[in-house]
Amino acid sequence: MRIRVSHQVIHRFDPPARTVNQILRRTPLSFDSQYVLRWRVDIEADGARRETEDAHGNAVTSYSHYGPMERVTISAMGEVEISDAAGIVRGAAERLPPEMYLRDSPLAQVDATLRAFAAEATSGGANPLDSMHRLMAALHEGLPHHPEEKDAAASAIEAFALRRAQARDFAHIFIACARWRGIPARFVAGYRLADGSADAGVHEWAEAYIPELGWVAFDATVPICPDDRYVRVAIGFDGQDGAMTRSAHSGGAEKVEAAIRVEQAGVQSQA
Amino acid sequence: MAAFDEMGIASGETRPLYRQVARWLEETPPELLASRRAQAEYMFRRIGITFGVYGDKDAAERLIPFDIVPRLISQAEWRKLEAGLTQRVRALNMFLTDIYGKRAIFREPIIPPELILRNPYYRPEMIGQRAPHDIWVHIAGIDIVRVDADEFYVLEDNARTPSGVSYMLENREVTMRLLPDLFARHSVAPVDDYPDQLLACLRSVAPRLNGGEATIVILTPGAFNSAYYEHSFLADKLGVELVEGRDLFVEDDQVFMRTTLGPRRVDVIYRRVDDDFLDPLVFNPASVLGVPGLVGAYLSGNVTIANAIGTGIADDKAIYCYMPELIRFYLAEEPLLKNVPTYRCREPTSLKYVMERLDQLVVKEVNGSGGYGMLVGPHASAAQREQFGAKIVADPSNYIAQPTLALSTCPSSFDGGVASRHVDLRPFVLSGADGVRIVPGGLTRVALKEGSLVVNSSQGGGTKDTWIVDDPEDWA
Amino acid sequence: MLARTADNLFWLARSMERADYIARTIEATLRLEYLPKTDGEQVGEWEGALNAAGAHESFVEKHGELSEEAALEYLTFDLSNSSSIRNCLENARAAGRAVRTALTAETWTAINDAWLELKRFETRRRVDRALDREELMRFLDYVKKASLDFDGACYRTMLRNEAYWFNRLGVFVERADNTARLLDVKYHLLLPSTETVGGPLDYFQWVAILRAVSAATAYHWVYRDRVKPWLIADLLILKSAMPRSLISCYESIDRALDALARDDGRSGLAQRQARAMYAKLERSSMTEIFQGGLHEFITEFIEDNARLSTTISDQYLFN
Repeated sequence: MRIRVSHQVIHRFDPPARTVNQILRRTPLSFDSQYVLRWRVDIEADGARRETEDAHGNAVTSYSHYGPMERVTISAMGEVEISDAAGIVRGAAERLPPEMYLRDSPLAQVDATLRAFAAEATSGGANPLDSMHRLMAALHEGLPHHPEEKDAAASAIEAFALRRAQARDFAHIFIACARWRGIPARFVAGYRLADGSADAGVHEWAEAYIPELGWVAFDATVPICPDDRYVRVAIGFDGQDGAMTRSAHSGGAEKVEAAIRVEQAGVQSQA
Repeated sequence: MAAFDEMGIASGETRPLYRQVARWLEETPPELLASRRAQAEYMFRRIGITFGVYGDKDAAERLIPFDIVPRLISQAEWRKLEAGLTQRVRALNMFLTDIYGKRAIFREPIIPPELILRNPYYRPEMIGQRAPHDIWVHIAGIDIVRVDADEFYVLEDNARTPSGVSYMLENREVTMRLLPDLFARHSVAPVDDYPDQLLACLRSVAPRLNGGEATIVILTPGAFNSAYYEHSFLADKLGVELVEGRDLFVEDDQVFMRTTLGPRRVDVIYRRVDDDFLDPLVFNPASVLGVPGLVGAYLSGNVTIANAIGTGIADDKAIYCYMPELIRFYLAEEPLLKNVPTYRCREPTSLKYVMERLDQLVVKEVNGSGGYGMLVGPHASAAQREQFGAKIVADPSNYIAQPTLALSTCPSSFDGGVASRHVDLRPFVLSGADGVRIVPGGLTRVALKEGSLVVNSSQGGGTKDTWIVDDPEDWA
Repeated sequence: MLARTADNLFWLARSMERADYIARTIEATLRLEYLPKTDGEQVGEWEGALNAAGAHESFVEKHGELSEEAALEYLTFDLSNSSSIRNCLENARAAGRAVRTALTAETWTAINDAWLELKRFETRRRVDRALDREELMRFLDYVKKASLDFDGACYRTMLRNEAYWFNRLGVFVERADNTARLLDVKYHLLLPSTETVGGPLDYFQWVAILRAVSAATAYHWVYRDRVKPWLIADLLILKSAMPRSLISCYESIDRALDALARDDGRSGLAQRQARAMYAKLERSSMTEIFQGGLHEFITEFIEDNARLSTTISDQYLFN
């Protein structure tokens, strides 16, 4: 499937900010089942810009500006060709050994409740892959999905206790449980085409490392192993270092707006 | 258990090293000692060398108690310590270069790789990065205890933001003013060039500049931090700006400070802020103590941070117990300073050993600090041991245990008179591009309660001035 | 120098100066108690004192009814009055602590000692509920001395660098503001030279003003005349020999800003504004000022002085 994405984020500062610094992970990279045809990240604002790579191998754009700033507009757009690999991620640049993805990270930790849930969800799993599928299913069954809630990022523990999850919470809980079961897991941020139940837009899911298979993607929100409707952009230990945008400013007050279009290329959008 | 008394009180025979001190203690009437103590406190209070204890809102300004009786170490003893400390810090820096670089150590059966890979202080951001001159720990505080005349053990390596050096320097100032006679009867190695040495060390690791002198700053969390006095003291002595996160900003991977004349570039940051709070764009997003973009600037090589990001893993008690093997591996030398025998509870046989001997051992949390998260077996009640035991069993890899060491004692002055108290030593080891420098002595910490082994200031310990002196015995 | 350091030094100096001024104002008001007058008139003096401290409005908001005890408390130890002596000393110490490295050991000691003594007085108050008159006078004496110690330590031990000049700016901008307010409060007593002078009660009022700025003796040395209201105004506005006069303050402000400009190699709006204000004072005469209205002149001065303070903040990037 060829997918076209246009994603614009506007940061407004009123009163103006004195300095603005941002780290953006907005550029998808190619691997076996994902081919980036064209992609660009435009920053509409004065300032300094650098392209680097982070520890996970994500393509990072960093932006900084000193001086009064009222508005920074970041536009990421392009076209990506995705093929369905049943969630298997092969051929991606792996900078860190899989064992590192067993690390504790702030948003994906377990408590007694989650441990109990994970134990039950994966009991009877014949092998790691099977266990992860069971985990994904149990998570989807067990937790109501509330996509409209626009809360700040809660941790896995909080989200599970509140019995209310968005995509990123599903990802965090999945990661926390998988790691606890000894399976390396990581956070993925990207885009997804609309389907019957959900709008197109930014989406979050997880990847687990299955021996002999490699990294396999799991989206407990649906539930499904991401297919050719998903664009993989950034990975991290959790939503904190896997975030598409990390922004900081001094002085002034910030308001953020976003406009997203994710559609199949060659097909007119209806909305 | 019998502790080694450095003056020789216990054995009844004063060691030659302490002969003058012993005489002075005998000659000086208690009222005069008391008055000197009061003078010392008054001097410290006027200087303002106070600190705050976390979680104690009423202790807005506390003094770390100062014990006016100096602690003496001979030149010969010191030279041995010096060699051992230099060796140890060199190994630490090589270890850090390795685990963030080639990872040769992973191919050896020395440390289980997951101990490093899954360690929260192992910073993925530093993987593949080289610290300038391969120096990660520019300032190390190595805690040393003595159990016998010739036996020194390293208790702990402090490689993140070790503190106490301002006390070392102020203690010397105060002692020189209060006890000029006693001072004159010894030839004490000076310590007041520490600031100069530190400055030279920091300069030596500045990024290559196009001529001109490097701009060095000290980054402090601010006046509410318990060690703030030391931050401002050092800035003053070094002649560098003391900055908080909000005084700095990053543009185009360069660090600047906000001056009255506009931005001024910064080249070296001696930071007293923990890794996690250094950069809200990379680490804890809620931190207001750091500088957004600082890690980016550091990775670009435009600024040097001392101690480097990622040294916390060398601080870790879990790594501590491997130090002897690390010294052998990286330096092909036998360790000159011994490690305290340590049992790692993550190993089942050790766990069993430890659980059977909770009343004999000191058990510490791997991630604890400041004397918290610790059980001193022989001093704990049965109920406390049981409670702590349950915690160990629930999370064994978070605990290590060591035999209770009888820390050496030396005379201390109290309201009640003069008596022996347990002490340890924290020398400060500086590593620059041009080598390792150690100022003679360091901070002696003393446990003020009789029989207590807890010397940490945050739990009521005090400090002493440390004198490296010629030992009459060495000339014999 | 870090912008934040300059900011702190400036406000530290203003706080110590203000504490001194409030102490003097209270003392002067207490002296007026010894004169025969009605209760209403005495309470009126406290209203004047609150006005001189710029605290009348906030006092009324908080307390409503004016009494001597309430006014005294408000000006000395009240936590909610940002300009109470207690808060001035507390703020000074907090600012000093935040910029330790910019202060010499002596200047820090002066601030810290002042604060330690404040804590001792506060403890005594907690025990005794209020200071009696004698203790209050001791406290006020102590505050004046602390301010002198600080000022002296700055003058005698600080290198003549940025830290010193920002300190001087703070001292003199505050002092100018204080002197102007004091004059303004008492302006209705200061009549143009053509009007007849008031009786003995007014004399003590005017001397009270002079005492508040330690100028009682100075006056006689300068004028060799009886106390006359328009000469008091002259002394406190136009006499450069008088250290607390507006013109003397501006001479010092101008010099400090000049020194900063020289060190930095650049001059800005702050330098221009200060120079203009100094020039205006230099070419003024009391006759002109009374003609235009003393109250109007002082009100404009207070506004201009405050504007200069803001300009300094902006120019040196305090925020």
